[in-house]
Formats: sequence, structure tokens, C-alpha cells
Amino acid sequence: MIPVKLSTPLGEEICDLYAGDRVLLSGTVYTARDEAHLRMMEEGIPFDPCGAVVYHCGPVIQGERIVAAGPTTSARMNALTGFLLDAGVKGLIGKGGMGKAVVEQLKGRGVYFAFTGGCAALASSRMRLKGVYYPDLGMAEAIWEIDLADLPLVVGIDTHGNDLFGKVEETALVSFDREFTR
Amino acid sequence: MRAAVAEATARAFHEAEKRLPSDVVAALKRAAGEETGEIARGELENILANIARAEELEVPICQDTGVPVVYISLPPDVPLSIDLYEGVADGVRRATEEVPLRPNVVDPLTRENTLDNTGPGMPAIHVSPGERFTITVLPKGAGAENMSRIGMLLPSQKDTIPRFVVETMLVAGGKPCPPVVLGVGIGGTFDGAAALAKEALLDPIDCMTPFEQELCDAVNRLGIGPMGLGGKNTALAVKVKTAGCHTASLPVAVNVQCWACRRATVEVRL
Repeated sequence: MIPVKLSTPLGEEICDLYAGDRVLLSGTVYTARDEAHLRMMEEGIPFDPCGAVVYHCGPVIQGERIVAAGPTTSARMNALTGFLLDAGVKGLIGKGGMGKAVVEQLKGRGVYFAFTGGCAALASSRMRLKGVYYPDLGMAEAIWEIDLADLPLVVGIDTHGNDLFGKVEETALVSFDREFTR
Repeated sequence: MRAAVAEATARAFHEAEKRLPSDVVAALKRAAGEETGEIARGELENILANIARAEELEVPICQDTGVPVVYISLPPDVPLSIDLYEGVADGVRRATEEVPLRPNVVDPLTRENTLDNTGPGMPAIHVSPGERFTITVLPKGAGAENMSRIGMLLPSQKDTIPRFVVETMLVAGGKPCPPVVLGVGIGGTFDGAAALAKEALLDPIDCMTPFEQELCDAVNRLGIGPMGLGGKNTALAVKVKTAGCHTASLPVAVNVQCWACRRATVEVRL
């Protein structure tokens, strides 16, 4: 399967994506973890959210250089994501998948992309630093504005309610019950 | 002494953060060969490409450069002194600047960052008597550490140990960056079991006992796969350590380690 090429800002084309599709994403992304989400909920989103992509990531930055920038565990942001989608954010990137409430919130308006956890050197070699918001939150928690070139992603949750992680978890539970519950 | 320990500690972090041990790389390559699904194979290909890129660019494998967990082997002629502890902390501060490491250590309640990866009780230092004077570092990332569990089982529940281990991964799903390595500590005390589980992660993963293999196969039957996207490889290995325990107790701890099973040992030159 040939990966679909996408660039930001994202638009209606995301409705053509299905869980399991491979994507190469280019354009601008904004990193955000727990603290940045909490600050944005309180003070408003400091970048244009229309069609924007939020990357669950706390990078290692040295001066102007992105040294390492793989994804963080997205589930920590389960309860902190709705307001971003309401404001027009159309893409989330992270690892490990998100909760059922987020799967619902994404329906018809947003996609969750999985990027391979730990692949920080692969990621940083396809990134350029453009700017920063909330630097006072520290390196891991600040919002870094990053220019991406062809980041290899997998659609984890699509706009139609399909959730690849959820499906795998259901299968795992069935297998666990078969083996250990009697 | 303090300077020599700092030097060895910093060197160990350079090594551990940028290059994975050969047994771990071999296990990941084997896993990539075993996966038949396009997504699972793609995830492992990204991981292998990332390992090569980190080594080539001399940058950390993962942006979560972990919290510093350090094991010291102390020969009979070296005294256990505060210099040892301060030397390790100096080495961590140096590595934070040089490697560089992400400043990860915060106050647990105020969440204020110390900015140099040290703090009260950090680095976590474990000393044991040995023949050579060595520093072993195990940088521990949070994604996998957060999915670790401890259970105070009853002696009559001995046969449920596999269930507890597998259940740990069932709950964890894709969050700890599988394929994982599981360190399992059985016995000892409440805290001792957890320490054993972490120590088990220092063992090479190119061989397993029949019990470890049985646990590993059971975890892999969950089908969680690389990154929780489904596949044959949920765990690369399970390593078990045991210790004597109270006749009325059966502590079992599972320390989850992501695929980036980072560890490095450097000899201290006095």
C-alpha cells in the first residue's frame, strides 16, 4: 500500500482516510503535552487552530536544533482534547491511541495519527524548528512549532469511528479471557 | 574519586542513550522478520531505521531520555562514601548538558523541574559488592514505567503469577511502546520485589529460562503487537529474578521496559 501524502492545514481530505492507512505528513505541527493543554484551556490557543495538527511530544531541543522528538503517550491527554477539536484542530499525532470519548469527538472532524514510539532520531531528521509558545513550561511541556517533511504515520483513529488500537485491545481481552478466566 | 565516577557515569549515559545493546537490536531484527502484517512490520522498520539514525547522528534514540537509574559494582578496596553518590550526580548533570538529556526530574508535588536530572533521591543509585569498579546506567522512560505494577499475591496464588504478568500488558496495551521487555521480580518484600523487577532488566535478553519463555509466549498471545497496532511481537523477552520472602507473602512486581531497552556499563578508572 502506497502511503497517502498530506500537508497542513488539513481539510476535508481527512474524511477519505481509514484506520490502518499509511500517511506521509508534511507542514506545520504544534507539540503539546499535559501542561500545555491545561494552559491552552485556561488562556486560549496561541496558534491558528483551523486545520492544525497537534503533536503529543516533548522534544529535546538544543538552541535552535531539534535533537530528538518522538511521540509521547496520548492517553494522558484523553480528557484534555475536546476543546482543540471544537476550535478546528483536525489532526492529532501521538502513540498508544486515545480513549473512547476521543474516538467519538473525532467523528466527522478529526484524525488520530500514530507515530512509532521512541523514534525520536528518525523524527528529528525530518523536522525544522520554527518557534515556541509557553517557553516557561520548560523543554518537555512547552509548545514547539515545527516544520515537518514526510513524517511516516499510520491512521490510528479515523473520522468514521474506526479505532485500530481499540480493535487490538478488544482482541487481546478475548484472548486473555480464553486463557485465564474459567 | 568523585571526578572519576562522574566521568564514567557521563560516558555510560552517552553510550546508553545513543546505542542500543547488541542483544536488543538482534531481538528487534528477529521480531521484524517474524511480522507478516504491513503495519506491524512498518513499525519495526521505523524502529530499526531510528536506531541506525541515532547512532549515525550521535543523538538520543528517544526524546524521553528517562530518569537516571544507576547500579554500582564496588570492589573490596573501594570505600562506600558520599563521593560515590556525588560523583554519579555530577556525571548525570554533565550528561544532561552533553548528550543532551531532556531535563525530566521534577518535584513530585509542585512539578517544578530541577533542570539537571538530579533531585532528592535522584539519580536512583544501587550499590552492590563486586570484583570490578563499574557504573551501569539504565535510563528509564516514563511511558513504560507508568504501566508497571506490583501485586501482593497470597502464597496460594502462586499459579496466578502468569495471569498477573500477562494482565499487566493487557492493561498497558500500546502505551509502553511495545515490543517490550518485562522485568519480573518475585519474592522479597514489597519494595524488594520492585527492585528485583528493575534489576531483571539489566540481564541480556538473548536467552530465557523455560519459565521466562512461557511467560513471554503468553504475553505475545495477546496480539497487542508493535506500538499496540496488532502483531506477533508484544514482548521481546521476559526476565525473572527471585528472592526469599515471608512464608505468608508472595510479592510479584512487573517493571515494563519499552523496546528501547537502554543500558550501558563503564569501568571507573581511578
